Amino acid sequence: MTHWIVAPVVLPALLAPFIVLAARYHIGIQRAFSVAGVLALIAIAAGLAWQVSAGTILLYQLGDWAAPFGIVLVGDRLSTLMVLLTSVLALFVLLYAIGSGWDDRGRHFHALFQFQLMGIMGAFLTGDLFNLFVFFEVLLIASYGLMIHAGGNARLRAGVQYVLFNLIGSTLFLFALGSIYAETGTLNMADLAQRAKLIGAEETAGIRVAAVLLLLVFAIKAATVPLHFWLPSSYAEAPAPVAALFAIMTKVGAYAIIRVYSMIFPPELEVTSGLHDVWLLPAALVSLAIGMAGVLAARKLDRLVAFSIIGSMGMVMVAIALFNPPGIAAALYYIVHSTLAGATLFLISDLVRTGRANLELLPQAPVAGTALTAGLFFTGAIAMAGLPPLSGFLGKLLVLEAAYGTDLVVWIWAVVLGSSLISILGFARAGSVLFWKAHSVEPQADGPALPRPAVLSYVAVGGLISLLAAHTVFAGQVHGYTTNIAAQLFAPEPYIATVLDTPGKLSKPKEEY
Amino acid sequence: MSLFFIVALPFFGALLPGLMNAAGRAACAGVTFTVSLAAFIGLLTNLPSVLAGEVVMARVDWIPSLGLNFTLMLDGLGFFFALLILGIGLLIIAYARHYLSRDDNMGEFFTYLLLFQGAMVGIVLSDNVLLLLIFWELTSLSSFLLIGYWKHLPEGRQGARMALAVTGMGGLAMIGGMLILGQIAGSYDLSVILKNRDLIQADPLYVPALILILLGCFTKSAQFPFHFWLPHAMAAPTPVSAYLHSATMVKAGIFLMARMWPVLSGTPEWFTVVTTAGLATMVLGAVIALFKHDLKALLAFSTVSHLGLITMLLGTGTAFGAMAAMFHILNHATFKAALFMSAGIVDHEAHTRDIRRLGGLRRLMPVTFVIATLAALSMAGIPFLNGFLSKEMMLEEATHTVLFGVPWLVPALATFGSLFSAAYCFRLIGHVYLGPVRDDYPAKPHDPGSGLWLPPAILVVPVVAIGIAPFLAEPFVKLVTASVLGGEADVPKAYFKIWHGLVPALFLSVAAVVGGLLLMAVFNPLLRLWETTPRPEAKVIFEAIVEAAAWLSGKLIASLHNGAFTRYAAIGSVAIVAAGFHAWSTGTIALPTRTPQAAGPVPIAGWLMLVAATCGLVFLHRNRLLSLILIGIVGLMVSIGFVFFSAPDLAMTQFTVEVVTIILLLLALNFLPKRTPVESTVLRRVRDVGVAVAGGLATFALAYHYLLRDAVAPPISEFHLANSYKGGGGTNVVNVILVDFRGFDTYGEIIVLGIAALLIYALTETLLSGRVRARLLNRKPDQPQAGDMHPMMMVVLTRVIMPVVLMVGFYIFLRGHNEPGGGFIAGLIVSIAVVMQYMASGFAWASARLKYPYHGVIGAGVLIAGLTGIGSWFVSKPFLTSDFTYVRIPPFQEFELATAALFDLGVFLAVVGAVMLSLESFSRLARRENMPESEHPMDIDPSRDDPPPDEAGSAREAV
Repeated sequence: MTHWIVAPVVLPALLAPFIVLAARYHIGIQRAFSVAGVLALIAIAAGLAWQVSAGTILLYQLGDWAAPFGIVLVGDRLSTLMVLLTSVLALFVLLYAIGSGWDDRGRHFHALFQFQLMGIMGAFLTGDLFNLFVFFEVLLIASYGLMIHAGGNARLRAGVQYVLFNLIGSTLFLFALGSIYAETGTLNMADLAQRAKLIGAEETAGIRVAAVLLLLVFAIKAATVPLHFWLPSSYAEAPAPVAALFAIMTKVGAYAIIRVYSMIFPPELEVTSGLHDVWLLPAALVSLAIGMAGVLAARKLDRLVAFSIIGSMGMVMVAIALFNPPGIAAALYYIVHSTLAGATLFLISDLVRTGRANLELLPQAPVAGTALTAGLFFTGAIAMAGLPPLSGFLGKLLVLEAAYGTDLVVWIWAVVLGSSLISILGFARAGSVLFWKAHSVEPQADGPALPRPAVLSYVAVGGLISLLAAHTVFAGQVHGYTTNIAAQLFAPEPYIATVLDTPGKLSKPKEEY
Repeated sequence: MSLFFIVALPFFGALLPGLMNAAGRAACAGVTFTVSLAAFIGLLTNLPSVLAGEVVMARVDWIPSLGLNFTLMLDGLGFFFALLILGIGLLIIAYARHYLSRDDNMGEFFTYLLLFQGAMVGIVLSDNVLLLLIFWELTSLSSFLLIGYWKHLPEGRQGARMALAVTGMGGLAMIGGMLILGQIAGSYDLSVILKNRDLIQADPLYVPALILILLGCFTKSAQFPFHFWLPHAMAAPTPVSAYLHSATMVKAGIFLMARMWPVLSGTPEWFTVVTTAGLATMVLGAVIALFKHDLKALLAFSTVSHLGLITMLLGTGTAFGAMAAMFHILNHATFKAALFMSAGIVDHEAHTRDIRRLGGLRRLMPVTFVIATLAALSMAGIPFLNGFLSKEMMLEEATHTVLFGVPWLVPALATFGSLFSAAYCFRLIGHVYLGPVRDDYPAKPHDPGSGLWLPPAILVVPVVAIGIAPFLAEPFVKLVTASVLGGEADVPKAYFKIWHGLVPALFLSVAAVVGGLLLMAVFNPLLRLWETTPRPEAKVIFEAIVEAAAWLSGKLIASLHNGAFTRYAAIGSVAIVAAGFHAWSTGTIALPTRTPQAAGPVPIAGWLMLVAATCGLVFLHRNRLLSLILIGIVGLMVSIGFVFFSAPDLAMTQFTVEVVTIILLLLALNFLPKRTPVESTVLRRVRDVGVAVAGGLATFALAYHYLLRDAVAPPISEFHLANSYKGGGGTNVVNVILVDFRGFDTYGEIIVLGIAALLIYALTETLLSGRVRARLLNRKPDQPQAGDMHPMMMVVLTRVIMPVVLMVGFYIFLRGHNEPGGGFIAGLIVSIAVVMQYMASGFAWASARLKYPYHGVIGAGVLIAGLTGIGSWFVSKPFLTSDFTYVRIPPFQEFELATAALFDLGVFLAVVGAVMLSLESFSRLARRENMPESEHPMDIDPSRDDPPPDEAGSAREAV
């Protein structure tokens, strides 16, 4: 019995209360434990990913209860990839938070950070829908705490909207869970996949509504239009390292859609056909367009980045909504890219802020370090706008190719390429004003010396950019792996068999209940 | 040298100039030159194989699943372009070393230049169209950086963005075209695509692919109607204009048309689109160029015109046309780069590029004059210079080209364009160098050092050499042409010579030169006419389009995201209801499988109260205290509902949660206005009512539907009911589910609770450190305060009741596993006991008697729960596996010990800690610094409104 698969959840869940209990007044100790914890998480996540890379399914029965009666954690290629991505992202975000001193501008940053990680990890690993709800709650409340970290009127106001909208999502999640339980009598994903097939054609309204409500819950998390409204202000107002960590949060929604709608309600399931397979793609295209239009329309850098997140989530959803293996493989490649690129841009926008009074897109006199920041911004913008040579371009190619031959290919290509152009315009405007026009502004001679970003901040941003570069250089291997993931997702029988046939306490496989 | 090195050298070399920047300008330019030279020599090492007609290949797999691989190939065409790029690159680097001033950041400049060089070499050596796209966009990006190099110049910034937008758009279109092409051919490798001419041209997607690819080519090579960005790119430093915007990058589009020539050309679509665009560009560019006063603008439009000429030649689709195009590319690259550099010299020395302020430089700058004149005459098509040869070939080809069924159209327009072309060349020579010497130059012009004039001089050498001895270029141009044609057609036999006899092309050529001279004679009246003619200004149109796009986006985004949460929630709710309704209406509904129970009078009464309270809430919600009470009623009715459905556990939990919530909300309400103001219009409230009613009805319908139907298979709760005692050791199934079957959920939920409390604390902390604190402290109560802060009756009662409540909590906790109760409820009960002490005796009094900080209690609770879970690892069981045993300690009865109880203790502590921390945080808001806290349990508020002095005094004495 190995317990590694539960470690990504339990480790931060123990670390956080420990920090609250023993180190809540000592920022140094908090930082040490937090970094050590994240490093350990990376090691564990890498180990797990390696373990499942051959296609093994790892199962962990909490409380020794067999599925579907108890809760199980399941590690397959997809979930371990997401866990690994989260932990790597967390390391650089944490380094930035420490370097920039953000973690010391309010209380309990590190505890909340660890709890947040716990929630995300749990959401990726759980094989039970209700447990997924619990982890959604954990990550929602922790993210709210992180979002309003260090306070401020605008931030608190945005925080209220964030938490309210997401509470609507939580309520909807409960409705959806209730509906699904009423229809099928179970909440375990593998078991649901079995039972959804039992539902006859004469009684489909119930399960159809349930499937749609659940999808909408995840669409809220994934910030798909028209359920994206919580995102722009909250990401723009959140402390930069927090917003950077949030780059993975939207992916939780995308992950859940991939998981649930490839296994439980796959496209070939008759009773739920003609639903999300019809309208999710248009919604995703609109998200992509709105997000990139927001990039062009933004008057503040942080808002610009927030809208680019919506746009890139739109791109992810376009790929997912194809609901075929190439689409999912492309989506997963793009998810990794979009997470890293989004986080990078948020951190860079904080670097910009360090030398300026605000993030309005107006020229202000350049300060020391602007040239380096400008270079980083250029790189980040290239990544996000999907220009070569970084992975955004490759991801775009993958999505476009996956869409080839589908009914809406003209629409997909037009929107993907058109929105790319819009975002190029938006990023070029912003960069030109921030970094070029700045040179036509006379610096104030007697102004107070503005602080320079810490070296550690640059290390964190540089680290994320090198990850993007690696994601580009090893695109062949990564895409090969995501193709394997897609293959595993579209052949879920081993997953289902592993989950349902492993005996637990008091239950034998396939026992009558 | 391997092709990889040739492409990679400039990219890796781009790191060096920045590094060497501090070492001085010479060192910086030196390393750049060395890097380029290395790549140049590397290219030359491949010359023998190319001359032998081989295609040099290099390949590394990158993304095989996408068909995007690092595949390079070098044939005659690629070699030709690479030679131009690297060869002219060397001259440009040498020139730029002397051109840039000391204020310019040379390291930055050369970094961008090398990046561009690498990308450009990449384009011409790519064997994979997707790889080619990557390099293609990279040239756009490096061109963006180079045009905007002088960051303080607004023209530079605008020009850079315009160039990026236009070429970026073309690049995006080309992505689509290349993907289609690759899908048709089954591979993205050029070597495969080029062999599938028939397959591709027969495909229905050929035309879309062609148009998308041509969009990319036309934008890059500044063809009409996308020509306008190129003149604005002239804001870049002159070396950049000479290099990117005349010799190399703008030829990328032409290169690609030549590259794709075997598969794309030869169809009516290709002929019509390409020839028309080329012809239009050629004429338009030539006409505009004549009337430009800025030397670089004149050259820019002449470049546009010549690019049009080459495009037109490629458009004809004949082998002769292709050969003429290749020859002209070579000639144009030499004379135009030389011209740009000479223009840079004039700008550098005379500090102006305005032709109207120049003239007479022949005497002041003789060297520059010779270089510029030779180059310009070549451009004008004067014999014994290379421009003449290719221009005559163009005219020859034009006489054979029939566009739109009009035989004279192409020759006439081509001659017309050549005529203007000759005219602007003469104007350049005449108005800048000839004429009298002036005395009002902004700076005194003189010939520069050899560093500036030598590079253009070197370029003029082939201009003259090829012009006099055309056979020198012939084998090479034919080699290049052969690789363009790719075996689809034979290389024309025609010889390169100056005198072809009295062919029509010669007459046209003479007509163009003579006409050009005539035009110059009437230049001044023509200029006045030109300046009075209204013309659409491309830049204005482009900027209007971009501004309109930005404005539209702004409108769209601002109107959608106006910051009003009610709007967000309304849109979201409507979308949810609509999607749900769609799912519902497209599904099938069978008859219910369950029959509704009959409702007795008690449930109906409860239901009525619930409905009444809810409706009351809707109408009375502006009174916040009242609405809180109504919420309390709703909560209580729900609790009672649980009792009715035989769920005592849930009822107890709900009940205690209600109590605690209401207390906390009351505390919070203390800091808020008593009434909710009316903030929205009637219309908006009507909208909100509609949305709310729709949502409510949908929920009701859904619940009603599900309640009357069974699940498709027996629910898992039957297992829980059957095995709660056997496996979990408890008869209270709810508790066993909470702490055992689904203990992991509970673990997550107590963490949620703990975080919520930490959050309230952190929020209070930030509030108190901000401006809000002052507002809170200066807050005037709008109602008279109670006289006694801590009423005696309440103090006595709560203290007496405290041990009792604690005992009840303890009891509830222990019995939890078998009877209704458990850690959660016990935690809430104990919290209520402590809260009562706070209420009765005051915050200071109570907290002074408290030993453990609440943060710690929460932390300990979560830790205990987690560690209990880990405990099972020691017996090789999964996280949170429970075990139980029966113990008998005389004289007590036998009782059960379950590890789940330890977990429950964690739950208990987390709940107590969370509730108390929230309470503490709220009350901190009201506390002032140095607030006098009475040591005594009962006191009178000293700050109340109008204390009767006597009574107040005596009261204090009494205490």
